[in-house]
Amino acid sequence: MNYNFHWKPVFNNLPGLLEAGMLTLQVAVLSMLLGICIGMALALIRLHVRGPLRWFATTWIEVARNTPALIQLFFFAFGLGALGLYLSPYTIVLAGLTFNNAGYLAENFRGGLQAIPETQIRAARSLGMTAPQAYLRIVIPQVLRIVYYPMTNQMVWAVLMSSLGMLVGFRELSGETQALASTTFRIFEYFSVTAVIYYVIVKIFLGAAHLIARRLFRY
Amino acid sequence: MNDTLSFFSGFGPRDFLFLGEAALRTLWISVIAISIGTGMGVIFGWLLFEGKLLATLTLGPVLDVFRSVPLLIQLVLFYNFAPMVGLNLAPFGSGVVILAIYTAALVASVARGGFEAVGVPMRRASRSLGMSYWQDLRHVVMPIGMRAVFPAWVGVALGVMKDSALVSVLGYVELLKASQILITRTQQPLLILALAGAFYFALSYPISRYAARLEERWEQ
Amino acid sequence: MITISGLHKYYGALHVLQGIDLSVEKGEVLSIIGSSGSGKSTLLYCINGLEPIQQGQVTVDGVDVHAKGTDINKLRQNMGMVFQQWNSFPHLTALENVALAPRIVRKKSRAEALDIAAKQLEHVGLADKLNVYPNALSGGQQQRLAIARALAMEPGYMLFDEATSALDPELVGEVLDTMRLLAEEGMTMICVTHEMSFARDVSDRVAYFHQGVMEEIGPPAQIFGDATSAHTRKFLANVR
Repeated sequence: MNYNFHWKPVFNNLPGLLEAGMLTLQVAVLSMLLGICIGMALALIRLHVRGPLRWFATTWIEVARNTPALIQLFFFAFGLGALGLYLSPYTIVLAGLTFNNAGYLAENFRGGLQAIPETQIRAARSLGMTAPQAYLRIVIPQVLRIVYYPMTNQMVWAVLMSSLGMLVGFRELSGETQALASTTFRIFEYFSVTAVIYYVIVKIFLGAAHLIARRLFRY
Repeated sequence: MNDTLSFFSGFGPRDFLFLGEAALRTLWISVIAISIGTGMGVIFGWLLFEGKLLATLTLGPVLDVFRSVPLLIQLVLFYNFAPMVGLNLAPFGSGVVILAIYTAALVASVARGGFEAVGVPMRRASRSLGMSYWQDLRHVVMPIGMRAVFPAWVGVALGVMKDSALVSVLGYVELLKASQILITRTQQPLLILALAGAFYFALSYPISRYAARLEERWEQ
Repeated sequence: MITISGLHKYYGALHVLQGIDLSVEKGEVLSIIGSSGSGKSTLLYCINGLEPIQQGQVTVDGVDVHAKGTDINKLRQNMGMVFQQWNSFPHLTALENVALAPRIVRKKSRAEALDIAAKQLEHVGLADKLNVYPNALSGGQQQRLAIARALAMEPGYMLFDEATSALDPELVGEVLDTMRLLAEEGMTMICVTHEMSFARDVSDRVAYFHQGVMEEIGPPAQIFGDATSAHTRKFLANVR
């Protein structure tokens, strides 16, 4: 191997990379929060509503799950542009990730909701709880436990997926890395450091999720 | 017919053919990477299951890295790293290598779950019949365990098929890269993205439905 | 007092209850027996308003259960229900299982709800299981937990839907003992049951259901000793 590694310029730019890493984390978390809300709504619609609304939910879920995330992102970037709707790179990535998260989470939620026996609601109602109370106090907490690990997986996925921002001009961690690397031609060095940052982000998140689970689910 | 195309021109039949060929290349690179990756993944999964401490300490963390770093970054890194060690791989080769390793990392944990799904009592039963370790593995553990995780494997394989779109960044003209080329020329992104998306969907949706139905049936 | 008159209930085309007339006085213990599919569990669901009815009337203390303006949640607070599958809430400890409804339905303070819950758990013999999650309890213990949960709402009536049918034989006794205790304390109870000894020894009256019709009702001595309906006699001969 006669390649001379030059790590110094990368380390000089480390603060910038870490800042971009925060942006990655931010867009991933935001897309998860939105994805959880929309995904729950899609799951409930798919389970309980008939008509065009259900068709809409099913289409969303199946398209999100059965096409590449990159195509979904390109749709928000270039497809909407053709319709005269130009979004900022940040919005493109947020919308794309949210679309994808919501679709996958909806199926997780649907499975979780179906796993709670009807008799649990019946028992709650027989104690005089209203339907919303039964959902909030009895069903949702149990669903949360069932979908907790799939949800943490989806969050990891959201972090990894956000790297696609690089391809639509968003300067999150990958985009920033590419921008810096292209000025110095130290592509390998820059992307190695970035890989480490991703790894650390994922591990810290999973560790935190594990700790929270231990506190949350004692049964 | 006036075939001297201007730089920007509409979407024509030839472009359809171009997309079709690219779709075949997507299939091709996916099938190769998934096949190699699955073979490697099952072996890794078995090592993790049997090798206990040593494999857990070495192989486990290495595979974990491939699951914790974006595939896009892996591709860029490997594409830039290969020439440094004297490997001159075309985008296709780099893509296959990384996609296969990525598949192997995902399949390893799925396969390990399969090995674990075959309980100790069942294995004792087969060993008590006088089967050797390998006979037990070949005739009892593999059929039962791999069947248990087959739906999960289908999920991994479909995921890799969709993720193969990322090889486009290395310049390999698979379906997505072809779409980008056509979008630049025809300026019809909606139509072309819809076509490309429809291809992935037509492949992924029936297979995922089939796997889900299998899983449902086996659960009963 | 619970009064049922001319009650008809359909599941689609299936006519599960075909004109039931029945009233249960305060302090009375009524056992309902009959083969499965005879509509006896459905009757309990109709009394509790968990199932809609197609014809007739159910009133509890003079309030029409199925009338439009009725506050069904309020009414249910007065009717404790125990199911065949005990339906413990798996994400809550025994104490929290019992305290939840008093707190969010009755709007009691947290301390007060926990106090009520502890008392009721002691009542059913689970004083040493307060902070245990249901998955660590036996079926019999979970069923007693379900009874305590219903009692914590201080209901005027208790409805038991085959409370011992899903239990292992050796666990049936402890649940029946708890039900017997309630009967002795003067609780008004309607018990759908397959336990003939319980029906005979504990209840004031026994009703026999056959294919959606109440064939016969009367004191245990009459039903078990001198039933008039051939269906009743045949059923009793088979279960003995």
